[in-house]
Amino acid sequence: MYKIAVIGGPDTVIGFKALGLDTFPVRTGEEARHIFRAITKPDQPDEYAIIYLEENLAEALKGDIARFKDSPSPAVILIPGKDGSLGLGQSALQAAVERAVGANIL
Amino acid sequence: MPKSAVTPTRMVLNQLKGRLRTASRGHKLLKDKRDEEMRQFMDIVRRNKVLREKVDKGLSEAFAAMSMASAVMSPEMLEQSLLYARQQIQLDVSHRNIMSVNVPVYAFNSQSPDQSGQLPYGFAQTSGELDDAISRLYAVFEDMLELAQVEKTMQLLAEDIEKTRRRVNALEYVMIPELQENIRYITMKLAENESSTKVRLIKVKEMVLQQAHHYER
Repeated sequence: MYKIAVIGGPDTVIGFKALGLDTFPVRTGEEARHIFRAITKPDQPDEYAIIYLEENLAEALKGDIARFKDSPSPAVILIPGKDGSLGLGQSALQAAVERAVGANIL
Repeated sequence: MPKSAVTPTRMVLNQLKGRLRTASRGHKLLKDKRDEEMRQFMDIVRRNKVLREKVDKGLSEAFAAMSMASAVMSPEMLEQSLLYARQQIQLDVSHRNIMSVNVPVYAFNSQSPDQSGQLPYGFAQTSGELDDAISRLYAVFEDMLELAQVEKTMQLLAEDIEKTRRRVNALEYVMIPELQENIRYITMKLAENESSTKVRLIKVKEMVLQQAHHYER
């Protein structure tokens, strides 16, 4: 069985806690990186298949996210934070298209 | 002239011809694979786009509802109500094969101990806004799950398309022309050798005839 993690600001993640997801409230990118590395360690008792990450933390975790881009698990998905969407999710899509097609055709 | 040194013999020629056949067949197959992958990829990208917009919108609504809830309730109370989830969401991951790319398929089952719904708290001390926020969040969660699946699929497929594209190009623009060039070189060299042998034989014949019969032409 796999689990789902949500990393984000305290206000963002609190709702997901009620849904039964594992939430990790963080305040800084540093903290987020720490947690991200801890839960993506290979020898975990229970593995996370999906990690939802608040967009504004994405910049701090750029390298760590890129590491999992080509591996089947976990999926790192950016979600907009409490303050609205930054459009980073869209840019991930564009990056994938650019990679596959060789040009941005969207 | 070929770049690498090839020995112009019939054996090498046969080997090269065999390799050229394999390379052309591989090129054709990979090209088909790339085209099909691309078709699938575009479908997925479109789906991803729709889902992403849906999730962005749904989440911002849910967050708005949540901040409404936190405005009416005290932060301590809010935190307390949400502290213990009534259900545990567990994720089942299976795999699907798209053009020999293994992509994950997620299915979640929420295990609630009883049938009293998804809300992890009693109604007595919480506000209606919180119920609203949670149910909105719950609604958007299913989209989020599909988004995760689609986005991962998209990334994995993009990687594989890139790989296939490189292979197709390498075959088309490097390997196949080089093989053809080498084959042409050997064929020409062999023809050249053959005609020089012929000329030599004619010459030798002439010399032998002259020695034997003092034959003059």
